[in-house]
Amino acid sequence: MLNFFLLIVIYTGIYALMAIGQNVITGYAGMLSLCQAGFFAIGSYATAILSTTYGWSFWATLPVAALLSALFGVLIGLPTLRLKGDYLAIATLGFAEIVRNVLNNWDSLTRGPMGIQKIPMPSIFGFVINPYKKTGFLVMTIIFVLIAYFLFQRLARSRMGRALEAIREDEIAAESMGINTTKYKVWAFAIGASVAGVAGSLQAVFSLSVTPGTYTFMVSIMVLCMVVLGGMGNFKAVILGAFIIQLISYFPQLVGLSSMIPPQFKQILFGLILVVMMIWRPQGLLGREVRDYSRLTGEKGSVFRKKAKQAVSSTQGGER
Amino acid sequence: MILLETKGLTREYGGVVAVSNVDFQVNQGLITGLIGPNGAGKTTLFNNMTGLDMPTKGKVFFNGHDITGKPAHRICRMGIARTFQNIRLFKELTVLENVMIGRHFKTGKSPFHGRFLNALDSYFRMSREDEQMYSSALKWLDFFEMGELCDELAKNLPYGHQRELEIARALATDPQLLFLDEPAAGMNPQETEHLMETIGKIRDLGITVVLIEHDMKLVMNICDSITVLNYGQKIAQGTPREIKHDPAVIEAYLGKEEE
Ligand SMILES: Nc1ncnc2c1ncn2[C@@H]1O[C@H](COP(=O)(O)OP(=O)(O)OP(=O)(O)O)[C@@H](O)[C@H]1O
Ligand SMILES: [Mg+2]
Repeated sequence: MLNFFLLIVIYTGIYALMAIGQNVITGYAGMLSLCQAGFFAIGSYATAILSTTYGWSFWATLPVAALLSALFGVLIGLPTLRLKGDYLAIATLGFAEIVRNVLNNWDSLTRGPMGIQKIPMPSIFGFVINPYKKTGFLVMTIIFVLIAYFLFQRLARSRMGRALEAIREDEIAAESMGINTTKYKVWAFAIGASVAGVAGSLQAVFSLSVTPGTYTFMVSIMVLCMVVLGGMGNFKAVILGAFIIQLISYFPQLVGLSSMIPPQFKQILFGLILVVMMIWRPQGLLGREVRDYSRLTGEKGSVFRKKAKQAVSSTQGGER
Repeated sequence: MILLETKGLTREYGGVVAVSNVDFQVNQGLITGLIGPNGAGKTTLFNNMTGLDMPTKGKVFFNGHDITGKPAHRICRMGIARTFQNIRLFKELTVLENVMIGRHFKTGKSPFHGRFLNALDSYFRMSREDEQMYSSALKWLDFFEMGELCDELAKNLPYGHQRELEIARALATDPQLLFLDEPAAGMNPQETEHLMETIGKIRDLGITVVLIEHDMKLVMNICDSITVLNYGQKIAQGTPREIKHDPAVIEAYLGKEEE
């Protein structure tokens, strides 16, 4: 039972990484992308192939997985930049399906539907992180999520985060305010994809085997659900969303009713969650994170205020 | 001195000629009005000069440089800012953030600024960057007496303030030339009066202003020069006094007198 709960938490972590990436693409840049499963698969297979066929260590495969996914993120981002809303969703969904089909059929590299087995377990300082024992793996996953959380939180609070939000709010206005919207949208895709690639690497060393069947459309939908349920534009919220969705997804097993509740039940429920959230609480459980400028505008900020006041009085002389 | 001009600018949409062979000039330091009946092609001309639309024929020169077909963000960085006829604010962002976006390209000049991996070491630099953006943003908010509203979401502002915020955001890019597309639309007479003063103040800062406006009192009072479009064609250009008495303009606005 405890073991099972740990499993859920580990999957929460792996999916949270994907959801964090999705949040950049959808929550910040406002692009409805449905291909996290594709980047997830690319990351998984990068790790699987490099560590089995080429004998690389897990840690060496990680940056390759991240960069390769980012590269594919750019490749999908560039041609689809002009697409909006549902059109973008369909194009990206198609991309994820292409990835899965390639993996299914490129036998010489991916061994087709059989997939790749016997992926070596990662180890650090001689300590083997054995996924069967869960705790070690759990700690590793949590560290990954924490690192991703802090990096992306920083990103969101930087000028880049603000620029992405401007693009989401009004692309034409953002472009007219001097923001290179093309550049930022491609960046958003690359960054969102890279962290999904890392999630893929984790998935590979967690299940110690990869098969194309893992990387279906349902994965992308689950990730989108996590973001919508938790709250778009809020990294804490999407991690919470990941946990709730995983809990729901394993609920039948958790309460020992898996014989009575068919697995399709999950899919119905996810669809329902998306619909209900869109109608009743489009901002998600926690809602968007508001950037805090009190450091500037608050008591302490009054210093800047005075400076700015002086600036304006000197400007009115005619200097621009 | 001519700051911006178009030469033979034409924009066709399928069969519709929205702008036809227009030579438009903007003199530095002045307020230029662009008027004409609905559908005359004023907004289309703006879009073609600011990179949001591509002329079918003709050229646009800014400071002597050919800027025809350049992407909008480049044109903005060269010193042309604009507002929109149907307000385009970043609705879910705060008033302050809207103006800070206008400052965006002014910061982050170093090649890795604001990028992802840089997120780690930029902890301190970001705060400095934000301070710079903040103080210049606040400068323009105070210019419009909106400093107190800085934490308000843009969508919650009253209409008049929304229009002003759009101007503040455009000014934050430090433009040489400011395009205003019907800034007084939907404003009450007092707000319009106030706007008129503001536009004058903007000119006094040395910023050249071009404005599209239907409010004739406003246009005639503050413009130094006026260009009139009708059915995509330039039918007149001159001082407000000249325009007021131009037979072609009177005809365009009042219709031809039937004999
Ligand atoms: N994207 C477009 N596609 C097709 N036709 C267009 C497009 N944009 C403008 N037009 C047409 O071009 C003509 C000029 O439109 P424009 O918006 O420039 O007029 P305007 O002078 O700004 O009018 P208003 O005072 O109503 O704002 C109109 O006939 C309009 O229908
Ligand atoms: Mg118009």
